[in-house]
Amino acid sequence: MVFDYSDNVLTAFIDGEIDHHTATAIREAIDERILKDKPCVLRLDYGGVTFMDSSGIGLIMGRYKLITSCSGKIEVTNIPRNMAKVVKLSGVEKLGRITIKEN
Amino acid sequence: MKAINTMKLEIESRSVNESFARVAVAAFVSQLDPTIEELGDIKTAVSEAVTNSIVHGYKEMKGKIYITVFIYENAQIRIKIRDKGCGIENIEEAMQPLFTTMGGERAGLGFAVMQSFTDRVKVISTVGKGTTVTLEKKINGRF
Ligand SMILES: Nc1ncnc2c1ncn2[C@@H]1O[C@H](COP(=O)(O)OP(=O)(O)OP(=O)(O)O)[C@@H](O)[C@H]1O
Ligand SMILES: [Mg+2]
Repeated sequence: MVFDYSDNVLTAFIDGEIDHHTATAIREAIDERILKDKPCVLRLDYGGVTFMDSSGIGLIMGRYKLITSCSGKIEVTNIPRNMAKVVKLSGVEKLGRITIKEN
Repeated sequence: MKAINTMKLEIESRSVNESFARVAVAAFVSQLDPTIEELGDIKTAVSEAVTNSIVHGYKEMKGKIYITVFIYENAQIRIKIRDKGCGIENIEEAMQPLFTTMGGERAGLGFAVMQSFTDRVKVISTVGKGTTVTLEKKINGRF
């Protein structure tokens, strides 16, 4: 996974499919970086996600818990339009700045 | 009602099979010329049910998952996902949005997703015997 860390913002560029199987490796990679960089903002960039089920929401909720416990905030950006449905249903929009990809 | 076409699939309860299961079901349903959105809905709902069998039904232990897809007249489809896992004690409670018996990484949204992405979700479960989830959806397609 590609990361960018600048101005206290850690961005994780997630691509491919997020399901229960793939979520484990994605989660471990992100959590390792959170603990190393201790960012003020964790930004999950979902721009390259081609499929997600509720595991993609669980990933956001789990990272929200971790980053909040480190006094940081969560953002999720570039969620592809066809995945907005799962996001809307979940109510994760309450957790931070969650934005759908414009196109 | 008699199905005009059917497909049966038996897979091991390994998480690597989650993507195979949803893609295989979507490939079979493709004969009805669904829209991209309808296919996405089916993939997502199937992914939820299969993941539940793996994560909750078999608790990540070895078991078999049986998937049957029926196609009826008028492009009506029915997808059955069955496991011989631990079963669900209180189905009504389990289907509540955000209810989960496994906090942490699980959102408790699987059944809510299945319900909003298909027309009907039926759950039959016996503790100690297993669970069958039936998803029904009408494919309106591109025409
Ligand atoms: N096949 C199954 N066998 C046994 N228990 C199940 C099964 N499917 C669902 N459950 C129970 O129903 C609960 C709710 O399922 P649901 O899919 O809605 O949420 P979840 O799996 O906990 O979280 P998420 O799907 O968001 O990752 C589960 O926590 C589990 O207790
Ligand atoms: Mg689930």
